[in-house]
Amino acid sequence: MNNHIKDLLYRMADDSLVIGHRNSEWTGLGPLLEEDIAFSSIAQDKIGHSLALFQILHTLGESEPDTAAFMRNAEQMHCCHMVELPIGGYDFSLIRHFFFDTAEMLRYQLLEKSSFLPLSLLAKKVRGEIKYHVFHANTWVTQLGAQGNEESHNKMQAALDFAFPLALGMFEPSKFEQELIDEGVFAGEQELQRLWMESITATLAKATLTIPTDYTPSYGGRYGSHTEHLQPLLDEMSEVFATDPVAEW
Amino acid sequence: MTPDDIITALHDVRDPEIPGISVVDLGVITDVTVSDTGKVSVQMTPTFVGCPAIEVMKSDVQKRLAEFGDVSVVVNFDIPWDSNRITERGLLALKKHGLAPPPRYEVEFELDILENIACPFCGSTNTTVQSPFGPTLCRSIHYCNSCSQAFEQFKPL
Repeated sequence: MNNHIKDLLYRMADDSLVIGHRNSEWTGLGPLLEEDIAFSSIAQDKIGHSLALFQILHTLGESEPDTAAFMRNAEQMHCCHMVELPIGGYDFSLIRHFFFDTAEMLRYQLLEKSSFLPLSLLAKKVRGEIKYHVFHANTWVTQLGAQGNEESHNKMQAALDFAFPLALGMFEPSKFEQELIDEGVFAGEQELQRLWMESITATLAKATLTIPTDYTPSYGGRYGSHTEHLQPLLDEMSEVFATDPVAEW
Repeated sequence: MTPDDIITALHDVRDPEIPGISVVDLGVITDVTVSDTGKVSVQMTPTFVGCPAIEVMKSDVQKRLAEFGDVSVVVNFDIPWDSNRITERGLLALKKHGLAPPPRYEVEFELDILENIACPFCGSTNTTVQSPFGPTLCRSIHYCNSCSQAFEQFKPL
């Protein structure tokens, strides 16, 4: 029952959880105090979104949110490869944030019309929050791409070239794609990717950055095949929880 | 017992981070009903989805309403919170706490709404936004060029 909806929810919840943890790794390390605060704040929003998604999954018969978040191994996770990677330099983290949040904003916009009510209610709720995230990403990508110097421009372009195939992994089709579309739950990954390309193309033009033409999407994450970076992250994330999974915190 | 009695009681429950404002004035109480048999049902919603204060507020609401007998408190997103839900009294309470209140907006806001926010200390609008993110999810950071003070805003959402 509802396997198509659960699959969609797990993709979204795992992406938010993992990028939330990655973004939080900038806490105390951001290049400027304001950036430190921005990444930490965005991280907290993402973890909040993942909790809300795990709560919906729980109402569909899945585990408690903490169990779902902390007790699965890498092969049971549905996140895309891009969110798993270590934070790298600020160039990579910014481009990842830009690719991810643009997609997330558009995904939730499509979901506002979802026939699955809990998801459409959540989508309407997160709209304003993600607006701040996308604004932040667009500001910095444009700033460093077009208004910085040659070094900042080149770094952003190199990070973009590296991250682009990873970003396309966000749209790896689900085996339930047609069911989700037919039932009006979600317009589908292909439609989302089309809207995303339109949106990033416009912003990247302002940033004087170019989208690579030769690439292979980094697929596999949605089906449990991950990079070597995910399991160590999960181990670290769940270290405290795993010491006593039934403890009341 | 009417929903108004419940709302009056809920004015005693405060935001744990900004004690000057009640959960009612903050706009996080989205529905209160009292059934024919006297069963009280309260619906609440968080300001930001990841706001950790909602659990504390929920438990404080439950404690405050214990005297009303059969009470259920549910947190959901049926009516999403936005900053326009803060009452006039709530906006004043924020200002008294040293936070610039969020500007009212219609339908959608653009982020240039964060510029020239009135300083809660001197009232000047000669201010600059330093960061749309602040020490908690619901705050942004600003600087007043008139009185040379940094200040925070409870930001529009």
